[in-house]
Amino acid sequence: MSGHHHDHDHDHHHDNHYTAIEARVKALETLMVEKGYVEPAALDAIVETYETRVGPRNGARVVAKAWTDPAFAERLKADGTAAVAELGYGGRGGEHIVACFNTPEQHNLIVCTLCSCYPWPVLGLPPVWYKSPPYRAKAVIDPRGTLADFGVTLPEGQRIRVWDSTAETRFIVIPMRPAGTEGWSEEKLASIVNRDSMIGTGLPRVEDAR
Amino acid sequence: MSRHESDLAAALAADTPIPRDAEGPIFAEPWQALVFALVVALQSKGVFTADEWAQALGAEIREALAAGGCRDGSDYYERWCEALEHLLIEKGLASHGGVDALAASWARAAEATPHGKPILLENDPLR
Repeated sequence: MSGHHHDHDHDHHHDNHYTAIEARVKALETLMVEKGYVEPAALDAIVETYETRVGPRNGARVVAKAWTDPAFAERLKADGTAAVAELGYGGRGGEHIVACFNTPEQHNLIVCTLCSCYPWPVLGLPPVWYKSPPYRAKAVIDPRGTLADFGVTLPEGQRIRVWDSTAETRFIVIPMRPAGTEGWSEEKLASIVNRDSMIGTGLPRVEDAR
Repeated sequence: MSRHESDLAAALAADTPIPRDAEGPIFAEPWQALVFALVVALQSKGVFTADEWAQALGAEIREALAAGGCRDGSDYYERWCEALEHLLIEKGLASHGGVDALAASWARAAEATPHGKPILLENDPLR
């Protein structure tokens, strides 16, 4: 993260941007909410139904390749942006992608999806609750408790590192490959890598294999 | 089939297929899920009927094809956005200028929102 600077007062520095179509859809939403024709909660509920259906979720393929190809894993550790680009994936902007590898000693957890910095082309859409200020605050203060809320209990000795995305850097967690997946194809491995395991609020589920 | 999907199935003419795989609709970008949710919610509120929506969307798609738009369906949800806007204008619930102004306001709000903060309409410095 060296060399990272962040100057909110700079006139030409914009962290967030809407494309024309994004702004237009937001405008239609605002109009209908202001007139009382739709409740924001009702929209959230519908989007939530499909949240795992948005975006390509290329991240699962990145993780599966890292599990099966040690040379790729090394490149991913050294330069996440370039390694992810090898698979033909990239973000919308020129942001850097940093892969945080879980180890027996360290579990990684990503926060910050309040603005448009969440790497949905790689991870899919964030869950609705993930955007809430209480989640963010609790994840920073009490990561172990936050994970417990999601039913994830880590071994006592495994520390938790919380990563806060910046405007220029997006993170993806590379979970540890679960036992019992020896000899699996990349495709089968990718099927157990869920969105939550790539933001650190969950683990891959061997029982999800397809 | 979920409730939303059956709402949607009713809303769609047979010749306007929604991008989907074996498990249901898929969206390439988040705004597509939002416009989808808006249409489903407005329809279930009775703001417009399934038939009206199917006609509005069908008209946009035909118009785009006639104008040489892409035939691979990649711009499908852009047609949804246009159909929704035109339907709301037709119903007297929106005006083209009003949508333009609000869209410009959202674009400014996004640019003015620092990293880590939610993008809110009140962040538009001109608002």
